[in-house]
Amino acid sequence: MKKVLIPLVLFMGLVVFLAVGLKRDPREIPSPLIGKPAPHFTLFTLDNGDGKFSPVDMQGQVWLLNVWATWCVACREEHPVLVAFSEKHRLPIVGLSYKEIQPQDPAYKAPFDDKLKIARERSQVWLKRHGNPYITTVMDLDGRVGINYGVYGVPETYVIDKGGVIRYKYVGAVTPALLAEKILPLISELNKS
Amino acid sequence: MKRLILKTVLTLSMVLMASVSTAREAMPMAQDPQLEARVEVLSQELRCMVCQNESLASSRAELADDLRNEVRELIRSGKSDQEVKDFLVARYGDFVLYRPEVKPLTWVLWFGPFVLLGVAAIFLGVYLRQRRALASPVALSDDERERVKQLLKG
Repeated sequence: MKKVLIPLVLFMGLVVFLAVGLKRDPREIPSPLIGKPAPHFTLFTLDNGDGKFSPVDMQGQVWLLNVWATWCVACREEHPVLVAFSEKHRLPIVGLSYKEIQPQDPAYKAPFDDKLKIARERSQVWLKRHGNPYITTVMDLDGRVGINYGVYGVPETYVIDKGGVIRYKYVGAVTPALLAEKILPLISELNKS
Repeated sequence: MKRLILKTVLTLSMVLMASVSTAREAMPMAQDPQLEARVEVLSQELRCMVCQNESLASSRAELADDLRNEVRELIRSGKSDQEVKDFLVARYGDFVLYRPEVKPLTWVLWFGPFVLLGVAAIFLGVYLRQRRALASPVALSDDERERVKQLLKG
């Protein structure tokens, strides 16, 4: 009798194994950047002129880096959540405008200055319409800063601590539940230290 | 009339084909074939993070294009293949490698199947030995021996 049960037990084990595998999100890939200093960059900001931003400017503060673009559909879904969050909490969110001008865009081939101008205009219009949760947005036109941060899907959100170390990364649209259960507790913990 | 239709169809198809062939921008291949060959080999070993089950070489995703360009730039600046891989692993994690490195964390992945095969072989051996013990040879009686002889003679 007991011998008959062995295949059944083995089969159940396999089922559990596969069921867990099905539930997992294949897009959730652990980032090797967690616990490492946020990669350095200096980029033009969304405001006109020669204003630039660098992560060093945020030294001593806990902040969020949110990767977005006006062409990104999931960002539109995420945006109201960020706007509500920024009104409620005094946590600086920096936007990273990722490859605003896509290769299929006629403006893609334009000289850098023109591209920057077009990207700024588009992003400003978009933020005016949907609200602006960012203290500043930086323009990563060619996506190379994105590569340094391991960006592979927009939107992405990073939590960076006072010392400039990346503590958390989320790929996909941030939800109120994620903010409440994961990001806010982490931030208050980081703010204590 | 027929010839005119044929002509129109031919012209139209030529126009269409021409537009198809210009739809995608050609890669700057000719510039340095040796460099391109290295980019090609390397990008076959790197995963496209967006499509996940395609290599950088075969993927048409935009990020794959960007990363191929990045690989090209790194090689041009004199980086070795290993340094290029390390660069990408530092940003995207081990997942970016199509062939995961052999290290304690990936031992199960690399050697698990062989261990399973070994375990299965041991089970099979034990099982076969038990069966052989069950069917122990019985000595033939004289009558039976006689019958066997008859049968073999045919």
